[in-house]
Amino acid sequence: MTESPAGSWGRTGSYLDGPSSRTGLMGWLTTTDHKRIALMYLAAMGVFFLVGMTIGLLIRLELMQPGEQFYGAKTYNTFFTLHGVIMIFLFIVPGIPAVFGNFILPLQLGAEDVAFPKLNLLSWYVYMAGAAIALTSLYAGDSPPDTGWTFYAPYSINSGGSVSWAVLGAFVLGFSSILTGMNFIVTIHRLRAKGMGFFRMPLFCWGLYATSWIQVIATPVVGITLVLVVMERLLGIGLFDPSLGGDPILYQHLFWIYSHPVVYVMILPAMGVISDILPPFCGRTIFGYRAIAISSMAIAVVGYGVWGHHMFTVGMSDTARWVFSLLTFLVAIPTGVKIFNWTATLYRASIELRVPLLYALGFIFLFSIGGLTGLVNGALSTDIHVHDTAFIVGHFHYTMFGGAGIGLFAALHFWFPKMFGRMYNEKIATWAWGLIMVGFNTLYFPMLVLGIMGMPRRYHDYLPQFQVPHFISTVGSWILATGIILMIVNLIRSARKGRKAPNNPWGATTLEWTTTSPPPLLNFATLPEVKTGPYDFSGRKPGQSHEEGAS
Amino acid sequence: MESTTTLSAEYAHEDHEESHVVPDRTQFNVYVILILLTAATVFASVKFPGPIGIGTALVVTPVKGTLIAMFFMHLKYEKPVFVIMFLVALAILALVMGLTILDYLHR
Amino acid sequence: MNTHADTMNDGGGHVMHKDPEGAKTGMWLFLFTEILLFGGLFIIYAIYRGMYTEGFHHAAGELNILLGVTNTVVLLTSSLTMVLGVSALQRRKRGLAQLYLAATLLLAGTFLLIKFFEWGAKRSHGIFPGMEHLHDLPPGEGVFFNLYFMMTGLHGIHVIIGMIVMTVVYNRIQSGSITHENQGILEYSGLYWHLVDLIWIFLLPLFYLTA
Repeated sequence: MTESPAGSWGRTGSYLDGPSSRTGLMGWLTTTDHKRIALMYLAAMGVFFLVGMTIGLLIRLELMQPGEQFYGAKTYNTFFTLHGVIMIFLFIVPGIPAVFGNFILPLQLGAEDVAFPKLNLLSWYVYMAGAAIALTSLYAGDSPPDTGWTFYAPYSINSGGSVSWAVLGAFVLGFSSILTGMNFIVTIHRLRAKGMGFFRMPLFCWGLYATSWIQVIATPVVGITLVLVVMERLLGIGLFDPSLGGDPILYQHLFWIYSHPVVYVMILPAMGVISDILPPFCGRTIFGYRAIAISSMAIAVVGYGVWGHHMFTVGMSDTARWVFSLLTFLVAIPTGVKIFNWTATLYRASIELRVPLLYALGFIFLFSIGGLTGLVNGALSTDIHVHDTAFIVGHFHYTMFGGAGIGLFAALHFWFPKMFGRMYNEKIATWAWGLIMVGFNTLYFPMLVLGIMGMPRRYHDYLPQFQVPHFISTVGSWILATGIILMIVNLIRSARKGRKAPNNPWGATTLEWTTTSPPPLLNFATLPEVKTGPYDFSGRKPGQSHEEGAS
Repeated sequence: MESTTTLSAEYAHEDHEESHVVPDRTQFNVYVILILLTAATVFASVKFPGPIGIGTALVVTPVKGTLIAMFFMHLKYEKPVFVIMFLVALAILALVMGLTILDYLHR
Repeated sequence: MNTHADTMNDGGGHVMHKDPEGAKTGMWLFLFTEILLFGGLFIIYAIYRGMYTEGFHHAAGELNILLGVTNTVVLLTSSLTMVLGVSALQRRKRGLAQLYLAATLLLAGTFLLIKFFEWGAKRSHGIFPGMEHLHDLPPGEGVFFNLYFMMTGLHGIHVIIGMIVMTVVYNRIQSGSITHENQGILEYSGLYWHLVDLIWIFLLPLFYLTA
């Protein structure tokens, strides 16, 4: 860091305006400001999300009726692969950490930036490069990849699709994820404000801390596995190819050693968001702060020992199956701790039902369904019935989308005033929320039913007996998409034309609300000092909740 | 510099703790021990292939690794947090390796 | 690239300092990712070793123990010269530090050279990834050799990266941008190099000695 003098602009102006020396696009592409990088992630991810959503709509459209409607089985395979790759690797894994972790973490810690700002910018470029490589697979080779996002061997070895490109893209995206994780861990270790011990950090920071450790420790395992798949395709090394003495189940092990922990990369930050949203709208501190903080770490650790539940029917040993099943049930405990603490926070609180809280409640509701249907998959006997059916598809959309996705929407509506310095139209936002909730359940609940009826997943066609739920589900996809588009339009419009936001519109107590909206480049006029826990509402008078300067 | 932030005050303080130089003599002794341990492993595995050779390697190799981590990589002289993080990473690797082996052992 | 850095000083005396401990934490986190990267391969080794005990035993007999052990000594020695180089710079002996660094580079090159001949010898016997001959071997032997090439190959790539880093560090000591007060990069490349050594310590018994 050079020590050239600069004006007082860095502590008073808005980070959105930028210093006069650097304006326009270059001011964004060469920035090392964590807030601008966060917005660049948001923009890129928003585009990928819309692409993934469109493909999802097309998948639902094809499945509306039995028989072939619009396209054939090969295209269908490509579509569900792309939908998975885009939504998992480009949207939901970087998701909350890359956007809100980058923007909010340094603010909540009372720091001027993350620990390694240049590395942070590099992560964004690596992310974009990974995305470009993954999307290259669409045009490289004879046909697009058709393996599903899991790249299971031996099909991924033999498939004529351009699997190597997709795999390579996932590998590069993993790098970006690792760099972000490293950056956050060091930031949390080294840049907390004076007086902020680990147990005075907001719970969002705890969620990110647990997440970052998973990113750092788990991602390399899938990295080397994906490299081996490419090697397998190039050289035929036979490590996962049964005809050459390899074991494809070992591929599944290695893949899920990463890919199960990574679902906690998606959900833990979302849980942190919910823990941060509840206090200001309940006007009280969070119930069981320490329990929630520790449960994040517990989920991260236990989460390393449960991957086998993706493989109950592939021919694992019985011993391994019951051990994995047991460990899977153990994860429900720290998860339950969170849900109960959130409920206890809401109990007899002076609730103010505004948009961020609506999304938070939506999260708790949808994620609970996702979690409870997860127990069906975690139990050995019931899993055999629902394995590889639409039930699984419904289940993981309830957790991933209903959990991590809705958590991201919640974060967006909670921190929007801080990020853009403007308020959004709450009436439209509430309508969008309603549409999303109705559409979501209309779309995914029939999948749970279908799965129990016996509808396999990843099938292009089906028997007439499955038609009614499939039809309802497709109608649901239209409602959901309408809600999401309404939400996006509302936010984009408000970012430009919304009324100016006060510094602390929700009367929240964490440090990001003590600075201006939007924050100056260096985040704070003077670096804050912390004397209490993160959710101390003792200074707040009744009815003062969304007034200026409540904390 | 006197009006620096709390952050920079902290860093400035810790700058001085960094420069702990380990005597070359210590490092050289570690090196000799490492070579001797390597020799012992090779000897055991060539002379007694099978359980004894494998057992020796299984015991000696982690010891060598620990020596490298503690002395060459300075872990012995760092704050405990580095050792803890290192052990956590190893423990997670051991956990996932153990669970994978568990599956294959009982096939 | 330094829009932000420019404003790190707001004119009021607030200066962000470098944070050596933070950088070191970051470096260690990076090393963990390396450990887990090889960790995935170690898991594969463990499983196939259990599955093809016989095949591994026979295939391992084909590897040259002498070359493997020589390379171990070479790498251990290079670790020593590296660590001595770091402490030399800390004692402000710049020339000595460069000398040790050059020795480390030389030893790393020796390691690669030996590895090159070792691989070449195997290749001339038709044992190399992608070669048909591997598929005709008894069960497990092909797996062993492919794993051997993947693991030593990945390790070799790390040696090459280490050599590039060391060359850069050498030049930066020469130009004076790495000094005893500002020796972080030398120290971190040392950490990296010791990790490369550490991984080889585990590869030696797995492939040469005990299979």
